[in-house]
Amino acid sequence: MKIEYYIFLSIALFCIGIAGVLTRRNSIIVFMCIELMLNSVNLLLVAFSKMHNLAQAAVNPHAGIDGQLFVFFIMVVAAAEVSVGLAIIVMMFRNTHSVDINFLNRLKH
Amino acid sequence: MNKLVILIPLMPLAGFLINGLFRKSLPKVVSGIIGSGAILISFILSIIVFTEINKGNNQVVSLFEFIKVGKFSIPFSFLVDPLSSIFLLIITGVGFLIHLYSTAYMHEENNAHFARYFAFLNLFVFSMLVLVMGGNFVIMFIGWEGVGLCSYLLIGYWFKNIEYGNAAKKAFIMNRIGDLGFLIGIFWLIAKLGTVTYHTPENTGVFDLFSKLSKADITAITLLLFIGATGKSAQIPLYTWLPDAMAGPTPVSALIHAATMVTAGIYMIARSNILYTLAPFTQTIIAIVGLATALLAATIAIKQNDIKKVLAYSTVSQLGYMFIALGVGSYTGAVFHVMTHAFFKALLFLGAGSVIHAMHHEQDIRNMGGLKKKLPVTHITFLAGCIAIAGIPPFSGFFSKDEILAAAWAVNPVYWILGVIGAMMTAYYMFRLYATTFLGKFRGTSEQQQHLHESPVAMTIPLVVLAILSVIGGLIGIPAIFMEGGHKLEHFLAPVFAESTKLQHAHQIEHSTEYMLMAVSSGLALVAIIFAITRFSKKPELNEPGGAGKVLANKWYVDEIYDAVIVKPLNGLGKFLNNVMERSVIDGAVNGVGKFLQYGSRQIRLVQSGQVGSYVLLMVLGILVFFVLQFFIKK
Repeated sequence: MKIEYYIFLSIALFCIGIAGVLTRRNSIIVFMCIELMLNSVNLLLVAFSKMHNLAQAAVNPHAGIDGQLFVFFIMVVAAAEVSVGLAIIVMMFRNTHSVDINFLNRLKH
Repeated sequence: MNKLVILIPLMPLAGFLINGLFRKSLPKVVSGIIGSGAILISFILSIIVFTEINKGNNQVVSLFEFIKVGKFSIPFSFLVDPLSSIFLLIITGVGFLIHLYSTAYMHEENNAHFARYFAFLNLFVFSMLVLVMGGNFVIMFIGWEGVGLCSYLLIGYWFKNIEYGNAAKKAFIMNRIGDLGFLIGIFWLIAKLGTVTYHTPENTGVFDLFSKLSKADITAITLLLFIGATGKSAQIPLYTWLPDAMAGPTPVSALIHAATMVTAGIYMIARSNILYTLAPFTQTIIAIVGLATALLAATIAIKQNDIKKVLAYSTVSQLGYMFIALGVGSYTGAVFHVMTHAFFKALLFLGAGSVIHAMHHEQDIRNMGGLKKKLPVTHITFLAGCIAIAGIPPFSGFFSKDEILAAAWAVNPVYWILGVIGAMMTAYYMFRLYATTFLGKFRGTSEQQQHLHESPVAMTIPLVVLAILSVIGGLIGIPAIFMEGGHKLEHFLAPVFAESTKLQHAHQIEHSTEYMLMAVSSGLALVAIIFAITRFSKKPELNEPGGAGKVLANKWYVDEIYDAVIVKPLNGLGKFLNNVMERSVIDGAVNGVGKFLQYGSRQIRLVQSGQVGSYVLLMVLGILVFFVLQFFIKK
């Protein structure tokens, strides 16, 4: 498939993710949108890696492997971050019985 | 000799400090002795210095470097030459007599105020001595300002009276206006010549280098210096402070406003005579202003009823004569008239003080009359002063006034005619004053009549001394037509005016013309005297003046005109600047900056909402801007 399709999809997913982070009030939904952004980048990396692989298939059958390797890194980071983030949300809920991000504006002071 | 010269101003300064600092603890006798003694010592020293100068040794004493900027230096130096030694004698001599008089006149004051009076008088004499002894224009200006200050302090001596305080302020402010012209003149001199010293042995003084100045420069500088003189010496337009200055004690009026401070302007012009000789335009202006002042003041004096106001306007008028002399180039005549005027005007003021003292602070001549029986010494001395000022030979006033009038005739006969008219008016109003006060019947209350008595010795001795001087003082200036080798004063002052005399075409008038001029002026003065005496001894002027007399009695409404034309607009400008500029504009701007900052910070504070969402939004926006700048805007 043409590379542009993957790029458009990735951009779309990224923008949806941003829009969600900015507008949603439920912090769990915000986390999901963050995951969405990360995964859109993963998609883009894999797509480009395949593009380079196909372009240099004759010379080097292992070309473009860096992209896919980096995806693993991103996934690991995402997992770690999610665990920490969910822990914070659980603490938030224990204290305030709400997961509404607008409720926590203590940084104002 | 140098030490003696330095001691002359130092004695009054010491008197000022002692009387001023210890005024609460000195008894009146002691402070009187300190005050008068200091001036007496200065007088004796001035006589010694005078004999030295008479031999021809000018004294130059340089004390220290006052101002030094690069190559421009102003030393604090004294110059004693014939001109300043004459003034020294006048200031310390007449000053001593007035100090002596004051010990009796001011005896009603309490100790501290009495000492304060003598401290200020001594400070005044100190400043005046610095003025005449100064070796350059800046030292003269220090003395100039000092006498202005002391004039303010002494006019407002009875400070609890608001009116007197206003009079003192008026004097000082009008002086200051003139001083602006003086200062600009000095600055101009410095700019063009780089020096303010009168003479130096190396011929680098102002009066040596005057040829470097262009005609326009000299005219401008002399005009500016003359403006200073109009303020200090009460000429049109800055003369209105002098009649108001009569609010001060009478000896103060005698010393400051008759004999010394008001002559500072004449001294200054006489000192700068070479500059004035080179600026004929300025000389014409001086002569015209002097004539106008002489006539204007004389007309006002005719209708005044306060004994001191008549003498005040008389002073303004006589100062006008001195300026006429300067304007026609008769510098010796001006200095001569300064001297004789000091004698008879101080005498007249002190005599008026004696009358006021006897009448228990009454100053309106309409309530006096017939005082000659009870106040014999005062009466005789006052009469002598009146005859002197009227210019009747052989009293001193005749010689000095005649010299001025003769010089005026030589330049322009119209000046002479107007001068003689002024002299007639002088004789008329002075003898109106004399007749209304001393002749006729007593018109005061019976209580005042009980207490009429001659003044104490301390007051009558100065009167007698000054009367003798008024009678014989003119003999040093007998013109050449009367006595061969006469006019000793002119010979004495010749070195000071030598350059000017060389440049001026000597207006020699024939002897017969001079006799005729003398006869006409003396005769007209005599007619005025007889007219005044016969009219006023029988029927003194008791009614309110009407018509033209009213204008004269109200001083031609000059004060009112000044008030309407100058004072009110300035006050209005001040109010406008205060309410509009100060409050709305400047305060508005300064407060506005503060208010704007507060508003701005209030708005910016809203960003800190504590909402995580808005923080993330800002992050996203920042990244967006970054991308746009990097990739889409080509450098």
